[in-house]
Amino acid sequence: MAEPLLSTERLVKRFGGLVATDNVSIEVRPGEIHALIGPNGAGKTTLVSQLTGNLAPDTGTIRFAGRDVTRLPMHARVRLGLARSFQITAVLREFSALDNVALAVQAHAGHSFRFLADARRDERLRAPARRGLEAVGLGHRADTPAAALSHGEQRQLEIAMALAGEPALLLLDEPMAGMGPDESQRLVTFLRALKGQRGMLLIEHDMDAVFQLADRITVLVYGRAIATGTPDEIRANEEVRRAYLGDEAA
Amino acid sequence: MIAALRTPRGLVTALLLVALAVLPLLTQAFDQRYLLSIGTRIVIWGIAAVSLNMILGYGGLVSFGHAVFFGIGGYAVGIMGHHGVTSGWVQWPVALAAATLWAALVGALSLRTRGLYFIMITLAFAQLVYYIGGGLEAYGADDGLNISRSRFPGVIDLRDKASFYWLCLALFCATLWFCSRFANSRFGLVIRGAKSNELRMQALGFPVFRYRLAAFTLSGAFGGLAGILLANEGAYVSPAMMSWVKSGDLIVIVVLGGMGTLFGPLYGTIAFFVLEEALPPLLDLFRKGWGEYWQIVFGPLLVLIALYARGGIDSLLGKRDG
Repeated sequence: MAEPLLSTERLVKRFGGLVATDNVSIEVRPGEIHALIGPNGAGKTTLVSQLTGNLAPDTGTIRFAGRDVTRLPMHARVRLGLARSFQITAVLREFSALDNVALAVQAHAGHSFRFLADARRDERLRAPARRGLEAVGLGHRADTPAAALSHGEQRQLEIAMALAGEPALLLLDEPMAGMGPDESQRLVTFLRALKGQRGMLLIEHDMDAVFQLADRITVLVYGRAIATGTPDEIRANEEVRRAYLGDEAA
Repeated sequence: MIAALRTPRGLVTALLLVALAVLPLLTQAFDQRYLLSIGTRIVIWGIAAVSLNMILGYGGLVSFGHAVFFGIGGYAVGIMGHHGVTSGWVQWPVALAAATLWAALVGALSLRTRGLYFIMITLAFAQLVYYIGGGLEAYGADDGLNISRSRFPGVIDLRDKASFYWLCLALFCATLWFCSRFANSRFGLVIRGAKSNELRMQALGFPVFRYRLAAFTLSGAFGGLAGILLANEGAYVSPAMMSWVKSGDLIVIVVLGGMGTLFGPLYGTIAFFVLEEALPPLLDLFRKGWGEYWQIVFGPLLVLIALYARGGIDSLLGKRDG
């Protein structure tokens, strides 16, 4: 089997007496959509924060693209090709939609110690940014300040920003949160089209979306990964049904 | 260019710049030398205000010790002059290097903190230098040091008030020009993005600390330039030029003029100096002796700006178009 793109090995994170991440070992393979599900408080966001470099694990290792990144700062992991979108929408509100994506392009275009040339007229940044906006269906909103976009549009913008660096792995922290059913469905279609090109780790409460998209699913309960498998295996897993899915996905 | 003059902002800015450009001619014609000295201080403080605006306005970093660069730039010139090194060709680069180095050091330590801690650390470092200045017995301690002006033989005589003024104005314009380029450059957009959402910028892959450190250092260098000029303006340096009150004044100027706007520091500096000069005699008109308490009027004025004109004077000149 091909080497996993991202893997964690016996990752542990404690907050005082609470074990938020309890010996978690997961793998995301190149090009697959791997979903991470679990009830509220299962430690999904804590796990993602360690993957991105926001939080340092107490023990265990994180490997990405063949190297140990456990102690690497966030920006360095991003440069290796690990991009993320945020659970709580995090766009640069004062900047236009196009500026937001152009900055994401700029982040991957080498260093930004350029003090004189007008970056807003730099087609090397603007053209890819425009393409990125169009890909997520925001082409017509390029000049709108991010703060003036609807909630769903801001989520789309986030994804355009995360994709701008052509990352090998995309961490999507509840990308459908707060979206209407139409918007969600459009995003599902869009993400499905990306499948095979990029690995994705998808944290999502919308079970319809998860079961439509995921190649494999890991279920997290109280910080522990209790099961990993294909959607069918997860559906059939007794422990998962008891702990989490219950009537929701029956 | 011409279209810009049709907006209130463009018109006001153009008038102010023209007024600054011809100021020496006016003060000579009306024999008001004192006004030229105020004008000189306005453009020098303008340089410092523009440099503070780069990190405070565009970067959202409330540095409460910016006047320390007045002190470092000024003292470097003063101390070298005191020991007989009077050539500006030596003094100015050394003074600039000292301010830049100090900014890099302070930035490297203070930028690891956020919010109130950042404010306190920048203040603490500035106070440290302030007290060192006050302890330099050899250089006048608290009383300061009379210095001779930097010499640029055959190029410019800084003792000539008008030439010196024009040099300061040219350097002010150069600083403004740099800031206008900086604001929309790749570097500037990283600094402004980090003000908007630091975590987001890191998640995009920007090592934010590095860029902020560079901005802080750059800002300190321009601050040092202002210090060099200030020392030459008064032919005098003292710890008072880097007291925390001056740092506070610089923040007031930037906020008053409009944070994160190109010409805000220009408006702010002019407003600050004009009010400082005009309010005391105005109040004395009402009743002799009231002029001393001009800040009783100045303070509430700042409160009004803070409450009703969040973008400072710049926002009073109409909406911005980008």
